Amino acid sequence: MTDHALDPRAASPTWHLAEQEDHDHGGGGATILGFWIYLMSDALIFASLFAMFGVVSTSYAGGPIPREIFDLKLVALNTALLLASSITFGEAMPHMEAGRVGQTRAWLAITGLLGLAFLGIELYEFGQLIAEGASPQRSAFLSAFFTLVGTHGAHVAVGLIWLTVMLIQLGQHGLSLPMKRRLICLSMFWHFLDIIWIGVFTFVYLYGVIR
Amino acid sequence: MSTEPYDHALHAHGDTMGHGSRRGHRIGSLLAIILTVVPFWLVMSQQGPAPGWTAAVIFALALVQIVVHVVCFLHLDTRSEGGWTLLAFLFTAVIVVLTIGGSVWVMFHLNTNMMPMPGGMTGPVR
Repeated sequence: MTDHALDPRAASPTWHLAEQEDHDHGGGGATILGFWIYLMSDALIFASLFAMFGVVSTSYAGGPIPREIFDLKLVALNTALLLASSITFGEAMPHMEAGRVGQTRAWLAITGLLGLAFLGIELYEFGQLIAEGASPQRSAFLSAFFTLVGTHGAHVAVGLIWLTVMLIQLGQHGLSLPMKRRLICLSMFWHFLDIIWIGVFTFVYLYGVIR
Repeated sequence: MSTEPYDHALHAHGDTMGHGSRRGHRIGSLLAIILTVVPFWLVMSQQGPAPGWTAAVIFALALVQIVVHVVCFLHLDTRSEGGWTLLAFLFTAVIVVLTIGGSVWVMFHLNTNMMPMPGGMTGPVR
């Protein structure tokens, strides 16, 4: 609401018609597009990491190969958690549009817990791998694996911090227009991370095990 | 931003994020679950065809799932933001394919055509 005060049209009598409550991104259009461009550039970062992994994915240096070290049950669980978190975030959005703060916060909290579980299991997996001697410095394959999956995990961690901030701010500001704009951006970020994970579980884990 | 047509574009985008998306989200969720379970089942049960075919199938399913997520979860369509999100997405998709496909293709041929050296400093060490 505060950015409306900067609008020179605020004095015009038609202004209220143009900016009703159901216009969710009053002035947010540029933000949404800008955030989309950021996501696309982030996709390019992951593209280069996937390319690097693809190039060295069989450079085992005599070390462990994917079939020996990847626990697909754990990966399946992790995939389910992240996909579920994407779905629960989608469940929060209609409540946000309708201005129901309580339900929005509840769905976001569930999303956050699922994301936290995903991150915990990923760190557990990394710990297991390093304990087995499959550490990043063992081979080019493992360096690329830890870089690619670790970068995705770092993104999820940032998403969790952002989600926590949103939960706190929802308590303070409710569902104001800036809050809706931020939540739309966060939902795009979260869904984007799930899309990257599709590439990870297919290209790194499943393809690694069958090749 | 103050022009009428742009406000209209914003409104159209708001509609996609709001009313029309709930059913799309449900369908997308169902498709995403199926498209995730099938490749995991194929690989983990080892019921699938020969490894080469299984690989082709899981990559195809991944591509379909990415499209499902982009359409149903990220609500990408031809109208939102006046088509700029779609344009940016298509541009990025081209670069992603070039980067990954090109790197893997070029480096694969470099590795295959490289003379084997004692000490194994060239090519992938297996």
